[in-house]
Amino acid sequence: MARFNALSLLKHSLTGHKNWPEQWPEAQPRAEYDVVIVGAGGHGLGAAYYLAKQHGITNVAVIDKGWLGGGNTGRNTTIIRSNYLYDESARLYDHSVDLWEDLSQELNYNVMYSKRGVLMLAHTVHDVQSFKRHIHSNRLNGVDNRWLTAGECKEYCPPLNISPKARYPVVGGALQERAGTARHDAVAWGYARAAAARGVDIIQNCPVTAIRRGPDGRVTGVDTAKGFIRAKKVAVSAAGHTSVVMETAGVRLPLESFPLQALVSEPVKPIFPCVAMSNAVHAYISQSDKGELVIGSGTDQYTSYSQRGGLPLIEHTIAAITEIFPIFSRMRMLRKWGGIVDVTPDRSPIIAKTPVPGLYVNCGWGTGGFKATPGSAHVFAWTIARDEPHPINAPFTIERFRTGRLIDEAAAAAVAH
Amino acid sequence: MLLIHCPYCDETLPEVEFTYAGQAHVVRAADPASQSDEEWENFLYIRSNPKGPHYERWRHLHGCGRFFNAVRDTISDRFLTTYKAGAPRPELSSLLGDRT
Repeated sequence: MARFNALSLLKHSLTGHKNWPEQWPEAQPRAEYDVVIVGAGGHGLGAAYYLAKQHGITNVAVIDKGWLGGGNTGRNTTIIRSNYLYDESARLYDHSVDLWEDLSQELNYNVMYSKRGVLMLAHTVHDVQSFKRHIHSNRLNGVDNRWLTAGECKEYCPPLNISPKARYPVVGGALQERAGTARHDAVAWGYARAAAARGVDIIQNCPVTAIRRGPDGRVTGVDTAKGFIRAKKVAVSAAGHTSVVMETAGVRLPLESFPLQALVSEPVKPIFPCVAMSNAVHAYISQSDKGELVIGSGTDQYTSYSQRGGLPLIEHTIAAITEIFPIFSRMRMLRKWGGIVDVTPDRSPIIAKTPVPGLYVNCGWGTGGFKATPGSAHVFAWTIARDEPHPINAPFTIERFRTGRLIDEAAAAAVAH
Repeated sequence: MLLIHCPYCDETLPEVEFTYAGQAHVVRAADPASQSDEEWENFLYIRSNPKGPHYERWRHLHGCGRFFNAVRDTISDRFLTTYKAGAPRPELSSLLGDRT
């Protein structure tokens, strides 16, 4: 792998940047692998990278039905934060933020992690109580989060309308300064390049049609559009399509797949310095380095695999955004899209072994999987390599829906997130 | 926007009048106390989540207010049929036959 540095940039600038080598080879499947990972998004590619780097398992293939990073990794609104209520979640998401800190250096690839801060706006007494509870819980867990008055919110985020006459008056906010954004495509590309450099095969445009099991119940490999691939272990990291893939191995999961939409405006000069979210009216907004306002909210109400979603939700989202930020009421929106997210009943992920020997799953990230990419990939690789969970993901089992030991971030936030 | 036929009002109306209410034909046990943990898990949390025709409940919230059932293709979001709550579950073969 040719390393990126100032010298190599300078060298290639002399030839007009026309002679950069390909970042990873176009792999064709071999007959057998130690580990096959289904899904070449950030979570799957990251798991392959950590398997190779930290566990010495390099005979690995990452297989995707489409192109690399073309699913939810390339469709999210790139927000990173770790201000979750419960201890289990705080550990998992903050582990991820710890890894975000050094990810560009780790991968020798600029993922543009920007600690611009995430400001969660409070509009009601209930919001204030709930956010302060979050702040106290976060601080006990060593997660940075602090309370801002409405005036301080305005100072931190000048486009904000804090007039008491506003339809959704801002009475304060919770600010996590270590939170922010990163460039999502670069995360997929950086992990892919670093994993391929350590011998991982990345096989694109090759749908996995079934997971095969032997007479003893153990996984034996996967059927794909390019034929059967034998594998000692299979790890599924397939986001909205996890139910479909896992059903072929006879595993039914507590998941439902919903469209989650996002949209961007025309690009403008820098105007929005942070990420602002409003749970009560349910919308969030930031500005990309290209200058587009990036806007999102919750899922559509009905399950679907359409990667589209409906316009009523967009209308609701934009109505909320223009009330809180009236300055944007004349902005023109450029495009909108949808991704299919797999949602668990408690809105916390599953990163675990399954009842099938040799089969592992990382799913249920719902509307908030991007922020967790490095941490989730790291503990998933550990789980695959050692056949036992890392202490951080040990609570995120499938069995919790039977025992009742939920990690109920749904009830904690009262919104999809 | 989806257009949804309410089988009670007998009108086809915009999606915003309706709320989605999850998978249909999930039957609550007659004797809940006799259920095992696994049966409770299945009842509460495990859903079919198919890529294709899905039997689901909707409520005509901003209309007659009643719950009804529907079969919708989750790939195209096209409704194959809607029917009143309590009506028998229509066979998929008869619905897919209509499409050709």
